[in-house]
Amino acid sequence: MTETTHTAPAKVPRAAASPGTAPAPDGSRRGGRVLRRLTPWLFLAVPLALLVTFTYVPVGNMIYYSFTDWDGVSPDRHFTGVDNYEQIFTRPELFRVFFVSFYYLAASAVQIVIALYFATVLSFDLRFRNLFKGILFFPYLINGVAIGFVFLYFFQDGGTLDSVLSWFGAGSDHAWLGDPESANTSLAGVSVWRFTGLNFVLFLGAIQSIPAELYEAAQLDGASRWQQFRHIIAPSIRPVLSLSVILAVSGSLSVFEIPYIMTGGATGTTTFVIQTVKLAFQFNKTGLASAAAVVLLLIILLITWIQRRLVPDEKVDLV
Amino acid sequence: MTSPLPARRRIGPALTYLSLIVASLVVLVPLVVVFLTSLKTSEEVADGGALSLPDDWLNFGNYVTAFNDGKMLSAFVNTTVILLFSITGTVLIGSMTAYAIDRFRFRAKKPVMALFLIATLVPGVTTQVATFQVVNSFGLFNTIWAPILLYMGTDIVSIYIFLQFIRGIPVSLDEAARLDGANSLTIYWKIILPLLKPAIATVVIIKGITVYNDFYIPFLYMPSEDLGTISTALFRFKGPFGAHWENISAGTILVIVPTLVVFLFLQRYIYNGFAQGATK
Repeated sequence: MTETTHTAPAKVPRAAASPGTAPAPDGSRRGGRVLRRLTPWLFLAVPLALLVTFTYVPVGNMIYYSFTDWDGVSPDRHFTGVDNYEQIFTRPELFRVFFVSFYYLAASAVQIVIALYFATVLSFDLRFRNLFKGILFFPYLINGVAIGFVFLYFFQDGGTLDSVLSWFGAGSDHAWLGDPESANTSLAGVSVWRFTGLNFVLFLGAIQSIPAELYEAAQLDGASRWQQFRHIIAPSIRPVLSLSVILAVSGSLSVFEIPYIMTGGATGTTTFVIQTVKLAFQFNKTGLASAAAVVLLLIILLITWIQRRLVPDEKVDLV
Repeated sequence: MTSPLPARRRIGPALTYLSLIVASLVVLVPLVVVFLTSLKTSEEVADGGALSLPDDWLNFGNYVTAFNDGKMLSAFVNTTVILLFSITGTVLIGSMTAYAIDRFRFRAKKPVMALFLIATLVPGVTTQVATFQVVNSFGLFNTIWAPILLYMGTDIVSIYIFLQFIRGIPVSLDEAARLDGANSLTIYWKIILPLLKPAIATVVIIKGITVYNDFYIPFLYMPSEDLGTISTALFRFKGPFGAHWENISAGTILVIVPTLVVFLFLQRYIYNGFAQGATK
């Protein structure tokens, strides 16, 4: 008990009292010091080992494979220079997958606008507010395979969509997943359905962290809802908005689950990741697939970099 | 209600509610239709329209078929095991990393932090071709350990969440314990970890939902049928059940229900968790 009264060092500035530098209370012996040096590494060994094994080693290997003709199995691989990269950019059937991303990019824009609208609306007092919140967010939590099946049924010939459309007298016999144009639009629609909720919750959180007095003052000044949105809400959610944009762009490039589950990449719905998976694991073209993955990685890094330049992150306080 | 509002003032809110109702219908109708289908017999599915109601509201036969023939029991068991290991691992690894980085001063601190930071920029889907070779070389392909290790090893979001929280814990607590003769491990285990409970809850929720719903990793790393998770087991419904939408629907609902239950009980924490997880 007497020792607890000695907690005076709590007032010592943190840096000085930090265990790495402060002498041990019992007068430091050499063994103790070595042990103390090692302590942080004791905690970091496993995390770092996993990080290096499952992130850095793969990235390094991937770059190396991308310059070879390796099939992923055989012991010998040949160095082929930039041949794989040349193929990606010159073979139209390989390059085409980039255009599919535009459907998802457009969908992301729609999704962000919808999410922003509902986040604004639901940040004001409304009846059944929590119910609406729950309904809008829930799709984000649903299993991707389950969503795939729900919408396979939805888009079926004479399925949910056709039935609903026929109520309104609209033509109701359309093979929604049958031709590339409507198939990609339909799939992009599913991704709006699935991800709007996440954006919505992010925006809602940002809007609710705005102090209430700001609105009260604005209302006293006679500001309309639109003016409140324009001058109070929009500026204060900018960081989250830019985060959503970056997530949307990299997400649009790396779409996999929904099209793979629903169409298997048929009728022109193959995305970049579907193609990479097929190249690597069905056609055993590990070299080519690696090059494709490197291209995707570089594009995403480039976009992240541009975003960081355009919207400086206010709180980089990690170190 | 007594003083009639001017027309403009009433149209605004009415339109707002209308938009909310339309959005809710867009979310709910596809799900409700699948639920209705799961209760129909195969004749009803073949004859009636998608929006027709089932004759017998208590027809759970499709669920039994889906559960048994779809190997859902082993899928739920596998998913649970993966969840337990990967969540425990993520919590321990994330909190240990955060503790080491926040509470110690050592020369390599900045480089270590940079390693974790840069890794956030590498999206997992892009590196799987090469990650696959690493997993394979450990002989972990087609074992339950492949997804567990991958989920544990690549979760940087949780490290950030723990870092934010650990900063809020006064260092004087550590020092008091140290004076009482506690070593770093004891401090971490007896003081830091218990105080991190709110952060742990957040991480468990986010990680749990991510792992439960993930398709990509089990699909690539555990193709064997006995090792199905709920995602891959459900995906296999496409084959044997073909166009048997009543069974596929039942399987789909079986997978969604646990999520719905968790969501209803933990709503508030889930919203907060995702807001925290994404912004940090």
